[in-house]
Parts: sequence; C-alpha cells; structure tokens
Amino acid sequence: MEILRFTTAGSVDDGKSTLIGRLLYDSKSIFEDQLDQVSETSKRKGLEHVDLSLLTDGLRAEREQGITIDVAYRYFATPKRKFIIADTPGHIQYTRNMVTGASTADLALILIDARKGLVEQTHRHAIIASLLQIPHMIVCVNKMDLVDYDEAIFEKIQEEFKEFAAKLNLKDIRFVPISALKGDNVVNRSEQTPWYSGETLLHTLENIYISSDNNYIDPRFAVQTIIRPHSDKFHDFRGYAGRISSGVFRKGDDIVALPSGFTSKVKNIFNGMEEVEEAFPPQSVTITLEDDIDISRGDMLVRPDNQPQQTQDLDVMLCWMDDQPPRPRAKYILKHTTNEARCMIKGIKYKMNINTLSRIEGDKSLHMNDIARVQLRTTKAILWDPYKSNRITGSLILVDEATNNTVAAGMIRRSK
Amino acid sequence: MSNYQLSHLDELEAEAIYVLREVFSQFQNPALLFSGGKDSITVAHLAKKAFYPAKIPFTFLHVDTGHNFPETIKFRDDLIEDLGVRLAVGSVQDAIDDGRVMEETGANASRNKLQITALLDTIEDENFDVAIGGGRRDEEKARAKERFFSHRDEFGQWDPKHQRPELWNLFNGKYNPGEHFRAFPISNWTEFDVWQYIMRENIEIPSLYLAHERDVIWRDNTWLPMSEHIVLRDGEKVEKKKIRFRTLGDITITGGIESDADTIEKVVEEVSAMRQTERGNRSDDKRSETSMEDRKKEGYF
Repeated sequence: MEILRFTTAGSVDDGKSTLIGRLLYDSKSIFEDQLDQVSETSKRKGLEHVDLSLLTDGLRAEREQGITIDVAYRYFATPKRKFIIADTPGHIQYTRNMVTGASTADLALILIDARKGLVEQTHRHAIIASLLQIPHMIVCVNKMDLVDYDEAIFEKIQEEFKEFAAKLNLKDIRFVPISALKGDNVVNRSEQTPWYSGETLLHTLENIYISSDNNYIDPRFAVQTIIRPHSDKFHDFRGYAGRISSGVFRKGDDIVALPSGFTSKVKNIFNGMEEVEEAFPPQSVTITLEDDIDISRGDMLVRPDNQPQQTQDLDVMLCWMDDQPPRPRAKYILKHTTNEARCMIKGIKYKMNINTLSRIEGDKSLHMNDIARVQLRTTKAILWDPYKSNRITGSLILVDEATNNTVAAGMIRRSK
Repeated sequence: MSNYQLSHLDELEAEAIYVLREVFSQFQNPALLFSGGKDSITVAHLAKKAFYPAKIPFTFLHVDTGHNFPETIKFRDDLIEDLGVRLAVGSVQDAIDDGRVMEETGANASRNKLQITALLDTIEDENFDVAIGGGRRDEEKARAKERFFSHRDEFGQWDPKHQRPELWNLFNGKYNPGEHFRAFPISNWTEFDVWQYIMRENIEIPSLYLAHERDVIWRDNTWLPMSEHIVLRDGEKVEKKKIRFRTLGDITITGGIESDADTIEKVVEEVSAMRQTERGNRSDDKRSETSMEDRKKEGYF
C-alpha cells in the first residue's frame, strides 16, 4: 500500500468540505461518534441534512463562521491506498494556505460549481498547482444534481478549463462530473450520468500512477546531522544522517561532498538499524564514507558527474505570505534543504496576476498572497537544482530575522 | 523504477525520522514527551532508529498526574533504562502541593487540565526549547490543523489562527527567548498506521493495550478501570470484564472497551473494523466540541 497526498481547493461554496466528508463517509473512514457529533450539531444549526463539512472545520472560529481558515489534514485509506488530504481554504485572503498544501501534494483536486463554471478562483488554483508543479490534477465538476446532470454543461466546463490550462504546465488533467452532496461518481458510479464513461473520483485516486513522479536520476543527499556514537562498539563511527532528496545512492558509489569538493566512496548505508545496499527518495538514511572528510549540516553529497548549481544569485518565483510587506533592504534567513544563509531581495522583475497569468510590470511592492518573480542574493553559495526538475533542492523559504515568521516560499528557476 | 516505491509505513517512518533529526539539529535542548502510551512509545522507537548507532539525544519528559496505571510506570522505567536516556518528571501532585494549581472539584473533576501547568513549569525549569509529542492529526479535529513544528509563545500558548506556513520539508524552528516549540513527528499517522507499525516492528507495549480481565465500572458510556481514586456513585458497581485500552492516560478518565484481542495481531484486526474514534473513551474530550482546541491553546500536548 502506498501513500497519495492530494490537495483540495475550491471556492467558498463549491462543496469542498462536503466532498471530503463524502469521501471519508463512503470509504467508511468516519467513525460513528464523529458522525453522531456532526449530526447533532447540524440539527442544532437547523439544517435538514448532515453537514459533513463540520467534520473538517475543527477550529472554533471556523465552526462559528462556517468557513475553513487553515490547512486541515485528513486521512482515509482504502485497501489500495492511504490518502492524505491537505484541505485548503478557498478564500482570497488565504492563498498562502493553498501554496502550503500544494507544496507536498502528488495531486490537486479542483472543484467547479456546475452552475457557475470557471471562476476567478478556479484559475488561481490551477495556476498555483502549475507553479508548484503538482504532477496530477483532477477537476471535479460538482453539483451536477443542480443542473439536471446535463452533459452539455459538463462538456462546456471541460473545454473552457482545457483552453485555460493550455497556457499552464499541467501534464495530467482528468475531469469527473460529480455531486458531492448526493454521492454521484464520488465512490459509486452514478446512474444519473450514463453519458460519462470515465472512472469515479475514488477509483481515479486509487489507481493514478504516481511512483514515477519522484526524481530517481539526480542523486542529492543534504546532510541533516552527523551521527557520532562515541561508544566502545562504534568507536570510529561517523555517519551522515539525512533524507534522499532525489536519485539513488549505492554502496561503493563515488561521491563528492559540496561545497568542499572532497571526494570519497559510499562505505555503508543504514536504514534505521539495518544495513542496506542502496537508498532512494524519500528514505531517511545514514551514510558512512570510506574517507574521513570534513562534512557538516547543510552540506550535500552528490555524484561527481551529476552536480547541482552553486550560486549566490537566484531567480525565484516567490509567494509572499506575511501580512507585512518586505522592509526596504531587509535581510532574511533563507532556508533551503538543510542549509541556511542570509539573503536580500535584490529586485522584483514582475508580479503575476494569478487569476489571469499575465504579468504586472512596474509594481515593486509585495503583499500577502502576491506571487512575484524576484532576484535573491545570498551571503553564501546555495546548492540547488531548478524547481522544475527537483521539488526538494529547488524550493526555499524566507524567515524574517525580526519576527521569526516564515514570510515567503520560493521556487528556484535559474541563477540570474 | 517500480521497485523504488515505498510502502505507506516506510514513507511515514522516513518522514518521522526526518522530523526527529530536524528537531535535534534546530534546537538546543529537546524533550520527548513520554506518557507510556503507544504513540510516545512509537516515537521513542523512531528516535532510536533516527540516531542509531548513537543513543537517543533527547531527555524523556513524563507529565505525571499521580493517577497512573502502575503498569505504565513500570514500563516507562524499564524503557528508560534500556535506552539509556534521562527522565524528567513533571508532577501534577507537586504542582497541587506547592499551590500552583487547585485540584478540580465536582462530579467530573479530573487532573487532565492540571497537566498543562506541570508541563509548562517543567519546560521552563529544565530549559527545554522543544517538546516532541506523539500527537496525530487524525486524533481530533483541532489537531488536524497542527504543524510538524508548532510554535508556542512565552505563555506556552498555541495560536491556531496565526500559524507559520509549513512548506515542502522546510521546517522553521526559530524562536525568541522564553518561547518554545512542540514537534509532532507522527502527525500524518493514523491510529491504524501506529498499530500496523507496532506489529511490523515488534515494538513492546504495555499489556494494558491487550485484552485482560479487570475490575471496572460503567460510567459515561465506557468501562472505567477501578482504582483507589474512584469513588463509586449511586447505582455503580464493580464488575469483572475482559477489556483493553485504546489510549492510555490518567487512570481516572481512561475508559476501556470490551475485547478479546489479546495479541497485537488481534488488536490490529479489531482496530481495522473499529467504528468509534479512540478518544471517544476519553472523558477529557467530551466536555465540549472544542475542548481539545481550548486546552491546546493554553499549552496542552
């Protein structure tokens, strides 16, 4: 059984929470006492149906206002897969949450209200999924029950979406006509849509092929910490602990440690207490080397013939996440893999209108939820790959030195 | 490439080990919150793997309500000795004796909330800058909003509306003096994942999790273990039942379920067919719909 991580996005009333509630309910992942509690609350609120969104909106403020505030993580499993849902709010002021949910997702699930068709937020969600390079997308045309399960409406929305998505970098898009409220094509095939020959939503989630999404080509291992037991049994043991970002490392492989440039060979690989022959993403392992070379946290082990870029200048697509705009000439802590450096935002090339994908030139301000192409200059060279080919070594966050807040998330495009 | 696919347990394990190593690297003085329950036992096992062949570089911190299952304390002490780690105890009884907290009174009095003071005081006394917990997002809806690295202000408070965004695998553990963090390496695990993992790894757990004969009383829709702390109410009687516990907490509020599952294998089977959440037997969560959120805001686990 493998894990599929997906993110859901929808506008305020698209029925996103209802859909998640439905997936949990129909896959029998909701417990009786949870359902009892939700039924009771629904009744108290004077609702005729059981409001399944109450299952996911857990915070007091959310229940009071009937909205989703923060990314909520939900879990369900079928005999085929374990699913982790990052349920993100659709409100305009919470775009940063959508970026957060998208950063670890294998798949984006986008909801469109069949009565309304594509709206501004649909564009925004698709653009963010494309920017964050989520490998797969399922577009659910929801509330089909309210448009009499009309095939023409489904077709029209599908065409419009495809036309819009042609401008984006989305490789795998699928469309499913559903009613989250009634359950049509969610877990069970609907009798109301005989014209639809595709799979149900759950079937697609269970079977979509994801194991080729990892990068197995470029070996990258960012060192988290050094393991030195100082015990009698492991007197000279010096292991480099970390998680494989990409590529495969094998015993006997030639490696080079960056930034020092010292070379050695992989001596042993430990996965927990067990010695293994090879390691691949996203395993956490400990690697020992044939030679004693100076390596510390933030350094990277790679192959001599396949190395990342090393530069102090970074061309980055940046999502600003703080309610305070950047201060003039402010320095930030840049966190990238296990490495840290200080950096400055040297310039803003353009901002992106994330509803239309068009560029806004000339506007040099950055506000919460803005996405902009910026130039960063770091105090020391960063070891990176383009985000396009490596989501781990191509991503970074900025931390404000004054507040310690995470103020921005970035995807590296190139050096200048 | 298909042979490079990790199973869900392997992927969850890799993620948890990564988080534990980030905690070690980003903080000065980490504590591992150890209750003797299955989640914290699982975290301890993961920590052993994360730093092998070195010892676990964390102090274990037990918040002791004084209302313990004797089995849990014995289990805790054996494990501490086996792992060779240091144990710090935050005692609710001491907090009461010192007058830092008042014991609750009334029919549903419990020491559950008093743990917050014992925990925060110990964090301060020992200068811990992060407390690693076995909290899981599937446990409770307020926990579904938790980060892996969760900031606490100088009063130990959680502010769920202003959490730092957490992207990719980049964790921000920066804090000002007096503040601290909570870290949750098994955030993405479900109860079933934990049980499957315990079975796969052959992890030793307290026998309380397995079905056994016990003196119990029926109260608040659950089988509450009879102990010296229980005062019988009208109509209640002590019965002998074969039960097991799904969670282990304070003995006065942790209810058991009737069960014949006396091996881990049988427990896994039973959990997979379970139709009630594990915290459904915890009276601390039944006080109101947002009781977990309210306690967490004040500094609860």
